[in-house]
Order: sequence, then C-alpha cells, then structure tokens
Amino acid sequence: MANWIINNGLTAFILVVWMAINIFLFLWFYFFYDLGDEYIYTRHLLGSALAWARAPAAVLNFNCMLILLPVCRNLLSLIRGSFMCCGRTMRKQLDKNISFHKLVAYMIALMTAVHMIAHLINVEWYNNSRRGSYDELSTALSNLEDDNGDDDDDNATTYLNPIRTTDINAQQTPTYFVFTSIAGLTGVIITLALILIITSSMEVIRRSYFEVFWYTHHLFVVFFIGLVIHGTGYIVRKQWNMELHNVTFCRGRSSDWGRIPQCPVPQFKGGPAQTWWWVIGPMVLYIFERVLRFIRYTQAVTYRKIVLHPSKVLELQLIKNGFKMEVGQYVFLNCPQISQLEWHPFTMTSAPEEDFFAVHIRSAGDWTDKLIDIMQTLPEGAQGPKMGVDGPFGTASEDVFDYEVSMLVGAGIGVTPFASILKSIWYKFKISNPNLRTRKIYFYWICRETHAFEWFADLLQGLEKEMEERGMADFLTYKLYLTGWDQGHANHARIHSDKDTDVVTGLKQKTNYGRPAWDKEFEQVRKENPTSVVGTFLCGPAVLAKILGKKCAKYSDVDPRKTRFYFNKENF
Amino acid sequence: MGKIEWAMWANEQALASGLILLTGGIVGVAGQFRGWQFAAYAIAAGVFVCLLEYPRSKRAKGTSVERTGQYCFTVCVKSFGPLTRNYYVRAFLHAAICVPGGFMLATVLGCVCLGIASIIYLAAAIRGEHWEPIVPRKDTVRPPPADIKNPPQNPPPRPPPETRRKRVEDLEGAAYDNPIPVKD
Repeated sequence: MANWIINNGLTAFILVVWMAINIFLFLWFYFFYDLGDEYIYTRHLLGSALAWARAPAAVLNFNCMLILLPVCRNLLSLIRGSFMCCGRTMRKQLDKNISFHKLVAYMIALMTAVHMIAHLINVEWYNNSRRGSYDELSTALSNLEDDNGDDDDDNATTYLNPIRTTDINAQQTPTYFVFTSIAGLTGVIITLALILIITSSMEVIRRSYFEVFWYTHHLFVVFFIGLVIHGTGYIVRKQWNMELHNVTFCRGRSSDWGRIPQCPVPQFKGGPAQTWWWVIGPMVLYIFERVLRFIRYTQAVTYRKIVLHPSKVLELQLIKNGFKMEVGQYVFLNCPQISQLEWHPFTMTSAPEEDFFAVHIRSAGDWTDKLIDIMQTLPEGAQGPKMGVDGPFGTASEDVFDYEVSMLVGAGIGVTPFASILKSIWYKFKISNPNLRTRKIYFYWICRETHAFEWFADLLQGLEKEMEERGMADFLTYKLYLTGWDQGHANHARIHSDKDTDVVTGLKQKTNYGRPAWDKEFEQVRKENPTSVVGTFLCGPAVLAKILGKKCAKYSDVDPRKTRFYFNKENF
Repeated sequence: MGKIEWAMWANEQALASGLILLTGGIVGVAGQFRGWQFAAYAIAAGVFVCLLEYPRSKRAKGTSVERTGQYCFTVCVKSFGPLTRNYYVRAFLHAAICVPGGFMLATVLGCVCLGIASIIYLAAAIRGEHWEPIVPRKDTVRPPPADIKNPPQNPPPRPPPETRRKRVEDLEGAAYDNPIPVKD
C-alpha cells in the first residue's frame, strides 16, 4: 500500500483535481443557466435543455484547452529541466503525458455527446415554438421580431428564437437551421472531425497502421479552427431589459407587451464567443512546439558510425551540436528519404559520458525495414541519409546511481535503456565519479530469445573483459534467462555444459532457461549484502512489476541495519 | 502506407456510426421529434449496423484481436456467406442504409458517419480485401510418431564384458567410468 502511494499518489491527486475542476465547471454553468433570471424566457422555450447544453460546453472549453498541452513534448522537456529541484515524483508525472491526453480526449468525447443531444432537443423545441405548438407565451416569445433592423450587426438583433423562418418543411427546418447557422455548421464539421480522429485512434488501428492514426489525427487543426468559430453566432440569447420588463408580472400578459408601460417588448441578445479565451494559449504553444520540431529537424546530424548487427539490428552513432542526454532517455528520429512526416521514438543506448549518442534500431515495421535497407546499400564509410533528431525526452533514471547495491531487471525490449545505464555506471566507476554510490550490480536479463539482442550480449562481454582486467570481476553479476527455450536448446546446452563460456551468448555466466526464481535471487542478494539498501529497477511488463514489488516488500527487513529493498517502478 | 487493411478502419468507423445512429434515433423517438418515424428507423438501422460490424475480420497479415464475446456474432455474420464476405456489398449496403438518416436532424450525423464508413469500405473492396471470420483455434493433439509404440526389441549395443569392466591399469582405455567401483 505504501508503495502504491509513493508510486501513484501524485498521479491520483492530479486526476482528482482535474475531475474536481470538471465537476465544478459543469455544476457552476449548469446553475448559471438554469437559475439565472435573464434566461427565464429562454428556459420557457427550452427547459433545462439549455443548461444541459451549456454545462458540457464549459467542460469542453476547459478540456480542449488541456488536450494540446501534454503533446508539446519539447515544452514538457523544458519544464522537466527547469524543475530539477522539485523532486523526481513531480517530474515523473510529465512522463504520463499521453495517458492524460487520452483521458482528456475521452472527456471531450463524452461532453460532445451530451452537448450535441441537448442541442438536438433545443433546436427541435425552438422549431416547435416557432410553429406555435406550445403555449401562448412560447409563441409570443418566438414571434418577437428583430426590432433593430440593423442586419449587418449580428449582435444588434433583439429576438429570442434563432429560428426565423417558417417557410421550409417543418421536419427539415432543424436540419436547415443547423446547416445555415455558424454554430450549427461548425458544430457538425468539428464533431465529424472528432469522430474520425477517435475511430482512427483505436488501439488496433494505432498499433497496426500508425500512419492512418497520425495523419487522421491532424484533423485536430480543423477541430480547433471550427471550435473557435463555433460560438461566434450569438445563438444563446438572454434578456437584457430586465429592469424595464418585469418577468413575473409580464409573463402572463404576452398580448399586452409593448402596449402597457410595465411591459415593453423584451429584448434579447446573444453572448460573445468565449472559447478562444480558453484555447488561444495552448494553440500558440502548440504552434511553437511544431516550429521547434521543425528547427530541430533542420539541425545538422552527422553519422559517427553505422553498424549492422546480426538479426537485423542497426546501430547508429550520431553527433549533433549542443545535444545533451541523460541515462534512459529517448529521441525521435525522422528520415525524410523514407517519410517526410513520420517521427519514431528510440531509446538511446549510449552513455552520457560518450561524445556521441547511439540508438539501436530493430526491424519492426515499414519505416525501420526501409532504414535498414538504405543502410545496407551504403558504401563503406559514407554518411547516412539526412536524419532529423528531436529530443532527448523522458525522465532520466539517475536514481540507479544512488543505491549501494542495485538490482536491474530488463525484460525483452526493456533491456535497451539498461545498455545506457550499464555503460554510464561503468564510465562513472572508472573515473570514480562521486555521484556514483553503486558498489555492486545484479543484472537480470529476461527474454524469449536473444536474436535481436546479440549486440547487448556483446556489450556485456566487453564489460566483463574490462572488469576482469581491473580485478573487479564481482562488480557486476548478471544472469540471462531465456524463456523461449525448447528441447533443442536444452540438448545443446547439456552437451556443451563443460565449456567455460555459454554456448548461446559467449558470456562467462551461463544462460538459465525459464523464468527467474525470484525468491532464490532475492535470498542470494540478501545473503551477499547483509547491511545494504538495495534499489530494484524494472523495465518490463506490468505483471513482473507486481511480482517484484511483492518480493521487495517480503525480503526487506524492518531492522534498518539489515538489508532493505526499494522497488522503483520505472517506465523507461 | 502500403500494408494497411482499410477494412479495419472502416469497421471501427461503421461501428461508431451504428452507435451514433442508434443514439440519434433514441433521442428522436424519446423526444417525439418531428419525423420520429425516421428516428425509429435509425434505431433499427443502428442496431443492425452494430450487429453486422461487431465481429472483427481476421487480418490478412498479422494477429487479429477479437472484440469481447464476438464469437456468436461471427457465427451469425458468417452464415450469410458472400453477402457479408464481400466488401462491395457492405459498402453499398451502408450507403443505402444511411440515406434515410439524412431526413431528420437527430440522425444526420449518423448518416454522414456511415457514409464515410461506406467510402472506406469501398476503398477496401477495391484493394481486394474481404471479411474472414475469426474461428477459435482447435489445438489438435498430435498423434505421437508411430515408432514410439514399439519398445526396442534388442538391448543397445555394448562393448564385450572384458572391456566394460573398469581396468585400473588402463583408465584411459576404459569404455565406462563407473561411479561405484567394480569388484572383481
């Protein structure tokens, strides 16, 4: 439980605050329109459907303001950098930006539905009032003419019911009204854009055909332009001559309006558009974000080295002026030769101490396949194709260096950030960097098969050799677990069990088959480090996170002099 | 964008359109709007489209992810054979279904969304895609190879007894390394 609070407490708090603001806005505007005196006559025609349309509109304003912010990744990086003082938990919230973006999107979708249904009812009832289907007061209100006669100024009109015509077929009037008013037309267009954005963002589409998702998502430009224009029609109308025209007295005397001094004709006007107040800031920030991405894209990136590893893994060592990274961060790469508009994220596998940054790219789809093809046909020593680099992004994993003893668990593709971490630890160790408090590392590498990760095995081999040369052979203890073994593997290993190095990886430590027996592992760590604080770091599936969390709690001693395990659930 | 199966997106769009038609229809009928008959039609059309589109097709390439509980719907949809398998039929069917929705405001959005889904299905059909049911995999128990049934008739070949005994003078030449010393 305590672990949950530490890991998720701030996130939960932020969500509670967000939801509270939503509820507050909904209720405030609901009662504003449901109880306000200037809307008494409007409510006579529309009932509470007026409030039911305006309340979600307020929530929509708020959420449309929020939705652009989590995707300004350069802005987030800037915030992250400026808040180095304010604790990692706060900065880690910035890593959950996409989850927040989706949550806000769900709220927008829900509120759009409520807003639209309420307006359907509004239009229908306005239409009926216009045609005299309701009581005398409704008909009188709807018949109010536009007294001003100034056709050019929309807001100088004085009528209440925005449906002015009765010539068209009664059933088609609502449709006609919606498609000929600014609010109606923009409403339909932006709702359509929203629906297309949502259907192409479903997980199946996103994971299989990212391009469809990405290009369709740009309909948000249409959405925001339409949204800003949506409220400019002065359609929600309130009475403004309340002092002269007392509603309680006059409402039963609609035939006398304008004829008796106490009841002049009630005058109505619409409110100005307000949405742009809410969204103009984020829209400007987002435009800056795209401009910044473009500028970064034009900055020169040179290739220091291009290596094609076995199993179609491409390593790129790149140099960019002014580029500074931390361990465990990622960059976005764009290659105009393959696709002008696609940016793909890759975790960096080099350490910050090196004067270049490197990524290992595995063949995993259209873009990566084409990139590997291009690199394969390059002549020796030539520069690769023009590459745009955006980043680095992500919360750095400096916590790893704070613990005397570290248990690092990398599962599958999650092993990639550990390349950066292990290299950095080794560099810091060699120069005796005082920031490094680590004295012993246990590294657990779990994967189905090592095919795509032979480069990582090479890295471990290199580290192994260096450590032996310095007599530091027990600084790093690593274990590899192959969970995708079959009888063939087992036979092969059995035959060669006498050899010094492992047959699969060539490493001194033998490969284990199957999943790790965590109880044994934790016991061993505890035995070898009886008085230390051990930090456990995982980059892998959530199920494993739960297991490790439990083991850390189980094997931690209450006595502060004995071993204690701290679990850091990282999402590298 | 070469490997896209447009039908997947068309399916999501059509399912969403079905729900929007249904919602618009319910609002129209419950509020007794003018032209509520069109709204009633939209309810029926919305339900029909949802039932038709709920079961996802098996993908031509890659893993197919089923929707929860779609198997019964798969069976129903499968039973119509070429009518549901062919995406040209679906494209024109959706185009036809969506038209009455345009006669009333509450169902206009559903009509337009279904129209868009119909266009995407047309694109899918032109590219040669078709609907394939996802059937649960029946793991056939592979029969063990025939020769396992018969145990070997003869013992494995062994060197003659003289060489089998551990010879203390010649440990290298011994055929076995007995863990328990062999007493003569």
